[in-house]
Amino acid sequence: MLSTVLLIVLGMVMVALLLNLWRLFRGPSTPDRILALDTLYLNAIALIVLFGLWKDAALYFEAALLIALLGFVSTVALCKYLLRGDIIE
Amino acid sequence: MNLNELPLWLEILLSALLLLGGLFVLIGAIGLVRLPDFFTRLHAPTKASTLGLGAILLGSMVLVSVSHDGVSLHELLITLFLFITAPVSAHMMCRAALHQRLKIAPGTRNGEYQGLTLARQQERDSSRLP
Repeated sequence: MLSTVLLIVLGMVMVALLLNLWRLFRGPSTPDRILALDTLYLNAIALIVLFGLWKDAALYFEAALLIALLGFVSTVALCKYLLRGDIIE
Repeated sequence: MNLNELPLWLEILLSALLLLGGLFVLIGAIGLVRLPDFFTRLHAPTKASTLGLGAILLGSMVLVSVSHDGVSLHELLITLFLFITAPVSAHMMCRAALHQRLKIAPGTRNGEYQGLTLARQQERDSSRLP
């Protein structure tokens, strides 16, 4: 049962990633695109964790942690650039 | 990991957690596509997707702890970090959107305060500059 559920949830997360991509390409304003990128990395973490469960490999959790750290930093850097016109003043 | 040797109640609990997480992630993405303006769109991923991701990570933590001997705390680290950083990044995005004077959807309550918030923010920013 659990492997079927894992496959279903993987499919759900993939659909979510496609919807995020649509917003990333469509997004009328720059903050919309930043929001789509932010959601994209959150959903990528979900996808990687689920894939790690499916493959039973512990290495994927380190990758998810790295993506979480770098995604947060990149979101803050992009917002800072929009707000101040510069990232490190 | 042999997925078929878990007790039934544990399997049901894990399936419920994973399905709930996937459902909330999907709801967040649908909200990102469907909602009318940026400030409403900000709610969907930063709340629903974070909750969904928390449920998925919790399910993953329980599954790895049960199937391997010993408690697995990697996921707890990711969950903690995400729950700290999600409001911060949402706040930064909202400030950037206010700075860009994005349109708000008609019918937004207290929408007339957008200009006031912007003015106060600019005042604070200019007082911080040398």
